[in-house]
Amino acid sequence: MDKLAKHEKLNVEAILQNLEHYRPRRKGWTWRKPVSPQVIHGLTFKQTSEGLTQSIPLPSAKHFGNIDPQPDCVITTEIASGRFEDDLRRMRMAAWHGADHIMVIRTAGQSHYDGLIEGTPEGIGGVPITRKQVRASRKALDLIEDEVGRPINFHSYVSGVAGPEIAVLFAEEGVNGAHQDPQYNVLYRNVNMQRSFVDAAVAKTLMAYADMAQIDGAHNANATAREGWKVMPELLVQHGINSAYSRLVGMKTENICLSSVPPCAAPVPALSFDLPYAVALRELFREYRVRAQMNTKYIESDTREAIVSHTLNLLISRLTRADIQSTITPDEGRNVPWHYYNINAVSTAKQAFLAMDGLNDMLEIKRNGPLGERVRELKERAVLFMEEMLSVGGYFKAVEAGFFVDSGYYPERNGDGIVRKSNGGIGVDTVVERDADYFAPVCHHYGYNNIPAQFAGRVCEAVGGCTLCDHSKIAYIDELDAVDNAATRMAATRELREKGLVKPEVEWAGDGVVAVQMFLPAEPRMAHFSALELAKQMNLRDPQVIHKQVMQQAEGTYVEIKGILDATVDSATLNLPPEEVVLSADEVRQEIHERPLRIVAATVGNDEHSVGLREVIDIKHGGLEGYGVECHYLGTSVSIEKIVDAAIELDARAILISTIITHADIHRINMRRLHDLCIEKGVRHRLILIAGGTQVTHELAVESKLDAGFGRGTKGIHVASFMVKNRRERGLN
Amino acid sequence: MQRADDFAARRAHLARLSEDELERRFWQLAHNITQPLVDMAAQHTSPSIERSVVLRMGFSSLEAQAIVKRVAELGLLGKGAGHVLWRLANANDITLKQAAELLPTEAAAEQLQQIFAGSVR
Repeated sequence: MDKLAKHEKLNVEAILQNLEHYRPRRKGWTWRKPVSPQVIHGLTFKQTSEGLTQSIPLPSAKHFGNIDPQPDCVITTEIASGRFEDDLRRMRMAAWHGADHIMVIRTAGQSHYDGLIEGTPEGIGGVPITRKQVRASRKALDLIEDEVGRPINFHSYVSGVAGPEIAVLFAEEGVNGAHQDPQYNVLYRNVNMQRSFVDAAVAKTLMAYADMAQIDGAHNANATAREGWKVMPELLVQHGINSAYSRLVGMKTENICLSSVPPCAAPVPALSFDLPYAVALRELFREYRVRAQMNTKYIESDTREAIVSHTLNLLISRLTRADIQSTITPDEGRNVPWHYYNINAVSTAKQAFLAMDGLNDMLEIKRNGPLGERVRELKERAVLFMEEMLSVGGYFKAVEAGFFVDSGYYPERNGDGIVRKSNGGIGVDTVVERDADYFAPVCHHYGYNNIPAQFAGRVCEAVGGCTLCDHSKIAYIDELDAVDNAATRMAATRELREKGLVKPEVEWAGDGVVAVQMFLPAEPRMAHFSALELAKQMNLRDPQVIHKQVMQQAEGTYVEIKGILDATVDSATLNLPPEEVVLSADEVRQEIHERPLRIVAATVGNDEHSVGLREVIDIKHGGLEGYGVECHYLGTSVSIEKIVDAAIELDARAILISTIITHADIHRINMRRLHDLCIEKGVRHRLILIAGGTQVTHELAVESKLDAGFGRGTKGIHVASFMVKNRRERGLN
Repeated sequence: MQRADDFAARRAHLARLSEDELERRFWQLAHNITQPLVDMAAQHTSPSIERSVVLRMGFSSLEAQAIVKRVAELGLLGKGAGHVLWRLANANDITLKQAAELLPTEAAAEQLQQIFAGSVR
């Protein structure tokens, strides 16, 4: 498999084959290539980048030639369901919607695993990061990036007690970015402080060699603190410490990305905190990159609330600066993200950024005034924080004194910060001093190294080359566990793929999970248990309520449930009705402009319904008039005779009848009568006859000798497209 | 520690600083906090660092685990695990892979004590 085809599934089994021979095609991070200004479909964009060769645009793009402009910053999605082989398919979906940074969260507990994990065991809340998993993912992403026409950055975490080894693995395997922040290990993973910083220097040096983008871990403070915005001064300090440390070990500033989250969400007046903070951060860290993350702290099960918060986060990104825009799936408050919520989040970023394109040409931040005062105050508080750190004896002493993640707005202290001891934590007493004759016979090693003079040119010559210089030296392990691996898991779902069985899924092939939305006219508790009971009646196994929101305590509750549907559809035996291909709006408009089209339309019989037909015709509703069709609407309760006579008199090319009432099959009779009368008058051959109505289907209309029928949900474009095509096919003038 | 917000008093010495001066002070302090940490890192190593060296020499992660564990048991981590293998291979005129196989033996332990005699901490 060397190329993907749009209509063919990613062959994951093939991806997993021959991995021992796989070589990454490049090292390092890739930014998007901005094009400003860029004219697309006659529209001028100021903040977009080179486009994709294949993609899925926003739904509204169909009104604008299906354009899919790509914002200028990298867009991230986090995909880690626990089974990486299923994640590969989701990565492809995300790339088609515009993600070019795929972040894989590690399985629970990996940061305390003292060494590398091998093979493809299943993860919990993330994926075990292993050589095979990294290689297979990068191999799949190579194919996907070729398919969409833009490099995709692959990213995971260099943290925990095996940081240097993971950094080697990532450098060898062409991983493009990683989280690396020794403070994260100390504060949130209770890794011993010396160990974390000593390891970090080696890990960062390897990342610098591989030109990887580094993202820090500061944002975890506002996810941890009770009131996220009170740690803003400390966030600046944490960014400063990791950035300064990274530079001192040789990382380029343009590869150092600050992970920053707007700390607030409504009902807090969020922007009054978030915007000054964002400005202070970007002023202090001018030379560094900003990885803007969305807020997770205040997300619960309401996806609507999450999307609004995230859109406001995107406003902060656009008003200030974001080099990487990370996205949080709106279902993160409920569960490990589902396939389509990754796509939702990526689309939210794309949609909001395109809408705000060029905003800063029209608006500017009032730097003087309350915002400026807050910016100054934040910087001063951060400086005071660091002054006090040094006065107590430096970083380790400050952590021992509980300086970090205290819920007080520094210098206020509530005494509830995270306390770690220098002589404690995972990996305590494992750090040793390098002796005078310490020697590491490999390239890109940080720190003191007593390299024998004869190897001063290339140190790894001492050992016949290292893996960074010679990829073939890497010792590849495929699997260590005969049962807990991707091949075993895929065997369990092979039948679905081989027989073409369609089964719902949200995370893993064949998981069968479906979600159902309902409004129940019951108070929340009653609604909750009623929903579970209804789920059983729908044959859903293991039903759970994943969201509920009271509409009014007595009147009712909105409930979302999930459950497992143990059912499949056999695609080989399913009868699909033939698909009507709808022409593009532009094509229809162009053709009608060149060859005008006149129609007559009416609701026929004793029928006063007019809404549906007006929607199809009216320019306000995107109807036929909007495509240049000359419409003569005769009104309601019009006889078949009258509409046919009008068509003849006006020399119309089509007759549209609306027939809603179905009593005594009157809709069929009307349709048949229309056809018969046109035959009688000798005009059937030059007329397109169309019926519409809530009970009308295309099949029914054709059965009644008309050319087409349209039911519920019909838009003007469907009818216009049909008429244009039918006129062409029949050679009508 | 509990403390009320004494920002107004505490900031007195910063009040006169221009924005540029304040930012420069921020970076000077960040440097002062991190320089000792970087210096410490340059002079120390850890099992993970040594495994990262052994990995780069072409050993698998399983081999790296065993090698570094053994080197630590012998009290030779401060020499560098790669260094230990390299010296053992040179001393016996064998390959690095063979040295790794030899490493768990008592003979290798005795030989390494001699090789590094006088410089073991």
